Amino acid sequence: MLFPSVKQSAIPRVVITGAGIITALGLGWKQNVEGFRVGQTAFRPVTPFDVSRQRVKTAAEIDVPAELPRTFLKRKAEKRLERAGKMLLHAAHEAWEQSGWKASDNIPVVLGTTSGGMSLGEDFYRHALQSPTSDFQQASRVTYYQSQRQAMELCNAFGFSGPLMLIANACASGTNSIGHAYDLIRTGQADRVLTGGFDAISHLVFSGFDSLQALSPTRCRPFDAHRDGLALGEGAAVLTLETLEEAQRRGATILAEIVGYGACTDSHHLTQPHPQGDAALGSMNAATECAGLQPRQIGYINAHGTGTPLNDAAEAGAINRWAGEQAKNIPVSSTKASIGHTLGAAGSIEVVICLMALRENFLPPTATLETPDPLCQFPIVQKPTAASFEYALTNSFGFGGANATLILRRWL
Amino acid sequence: MAVSSIYVNGIGAVSPAGWGVAPFRDALAKKQALPDQDLARPGFAQPLRYRHVPEPQPRPAFLATPRLRRTSPISQYATAAALEAIGSDCERVKAGELRLGIVFTVMSGCVNYSRRFYDETLCDPSTASPLVFPETVFNAPSSHIASLLGTKAINYTIVGDPGTFLQGLALAADWITNDRVDTCLVIGADEMDWLGTDAYRIFQPKIVLSDGAGAVYLGKKESPVRMDAVTNSHLFLQTQNRHCAALKMSLELPTTASDALLCDSTQNLIKLDAAENAAWQNWQGSRLSVKNVMGEGLMAAAAWQCVAAVDALQTGQFSQTNVSVVGCNQQAIGARFSSIVK
Repeated sequence: MLFPSVKQSAIPRVVITGAGIITALGLGWKQNVEGFRVGQTAFRPVTPFDVSRQRVKTAAEIDVPAELPRTFLKRKAEKRLERAGKMLLHAAHEAWEQSGWKASDNIPVVLGTTSGGMSLGEDFYRHALQSPTSDFQQASRVTYYQSQRQAMELCNAFGFSGPLMLIANACASGTNSIGHAYDLIRTGQADRVLTGGFDAISHLVFSGFDSLQALSPTRCRPFDAHRDGLALGEGAAVLTLETLEEAQRRGATILAEIVGYGACTDSHHLTQPHPQGDAALGSMNAATECAGLQPRQIGYINAHGTGTPLNDAAEAGAINRWAGEQAKNIPVSSTKASIGHTLGAAGSIEVVICLMALRENFLPPTATLETPDPLCQFPIVQKPTAASFEYALTNSFGFGGANATLILRRWL
Repeated sequence: MAVSSIYVNGIGAVSPAGWGVAPFRDALAKKQALPDQDLARPGFAQPLRYRHVPEPQPRPAFLATPRLRRTSPISQYATAAALEAIGSDCERVKAGELRLGIVFTVMSGCVNYSRRFYDETLCDPSTASPLVFPETVFNAPSSHIASLLGTKAINYTIVGDPGTFLQGLALAADWITNDRVDTCLVIGADEMDWLGTDAYRIFQPKIVLSDGAGAVYLGKKESPVRMDAVTNSHLFLQTQNRHCAALKMSLELPTTASDALLCDSTQNLIKLDAAENAAWQNWQGSRLSVKNVMGEGLMAAAAWQCVAAVDALQTGQFSQTNVSVVGCNQQAIGARFSSIVK
């Protein structure tokens, strides 16, 4: 039963035992660590659709490997997956292999996305207009356009039965999904959960951000005094979460512990944050309270840091208020400077980046930063820096006022 | 604080029958399919058919608010259903006396504005409207509702097939039980246009799509209807077909009352209904198929099923109701409500 569910007497600790990632820096942990460690950026002209009439023409696009990992997924289903579904499968495969999980029932899946297989939806629409009397391949397009189909193919690929939840909280989706997975384990509703986020660039979404003039016509420079917008990216990240008890019983390698999750709703405006970052502050406070931590204990913040004037100002204000006098001691960076804003995948990807920072002992930089905005009372990581710390915090904020924060603890 | 029971503190509906639970109830009582309307489809000589929500009479005041006056129908339906369900608690939320969570569930989402914005993009991206694009985002309706009610508490938009609404009920109950919120609105909504209607025609030529919203307001405050259970979500997988998933769901909801009602998701389409009919072939109680009257409203339809189930208890017709949702392409899931009137 989903309700009422069986409750455990003690609140279990939640650990990460597998992590998979694909971004424009590459496929897998190693390529991404190498990229973030040197402050690489991955922007180039967009190729999946025509951007000749757009104001901005670049994004952090992925060369999705043609070969999919070997799974239980049928060839027919593999062929029908579009870019987002393929990215999700790649990331999930890496996490699954690392975790050592085996096919079984009752592994909940919680994923975040904003638009799933939107490019197939676009194909469906164009075909419906151009060839209205032909339904050729339209059924496949409309089926695989839907996010639940892509997520269900994960269940088919690895041989488990769900249940499945797809959170679409705009750009906070990936963080909310991991946060919800964390909640499922902490409240005793699951012993383990596969979770993450995915999104691929699509014409509609690219044009949407361009129409809002949210895309940088120069270079995405989060927290820079002269920042002028974000850059879009695409990708996926997947984690395997389980109770500490279960991970230790299996002898699994523990990558980190999730210790805090907070979420807050900003009702200021559909697309603009509260100018002082009230909801961002609420979400960071909720996460630190959940973790039983003080801001001074956080060793690194992976900021939402989109590079838009409004977001970064609100987030900087929120971090300043949240950390107070301690702000000057907490290094902050936005890795969107390297891989762009991956929307529904961003929160999950940034959790994996925090994992990298915790395990590989470095602070990933805001690679394009030139002139730090004086609003920021905290140090912005400008160059790749060696560092060892215990707690990392990551923020995600989305359209519609979805704000979410996660805190990870280094596992020694 | 552990909460032993979750109660239904309110319901709301917007449907092809009209704005509110009352016209919805009246239409169900007549047991006759509501009339279809024409829906022009570019490139087709014959229009598609669907059941559309009529214009509200009078126009709700919230549609004049800055956030909602330009919104797509889905936001308007969802907000109306939410406001009806929450009732007078609206003021307590605005006053900060109640922490209100929102779970908004949706399948197709804001197709009207998405189609319009993409069409503008194809014609000339430089003139694509920045006012339209944000409304295409899945969580725009829940954002508008949160803003209108002034709640800052947790707010999830969940995407999936119609069974997702019932997952939303379980999620809301969990938030309340674990003291994350005091009360929670669970809303299911979808809107139709020719694009969405055409997509379903490919799979089921006889299907009649419809649009609207339904809302269930859950809380700890004792009320005449209690939410007893939400089953597991049984996915349609390579290793588990619709029949198997539907049967597993039905087996989780054994009848305990002689005067029970089953609100199912069938719609007089033999192939589509087969799994659900097989799963409930031994059902002895009464049966109500909301979609036969309203049409296939996707997420709204699952919400209507729950609204009908609760309404049947509130009006004293039954002491227990089961809701069965065998969704379009994801899951079979069920729920049970009961009357606690002594």
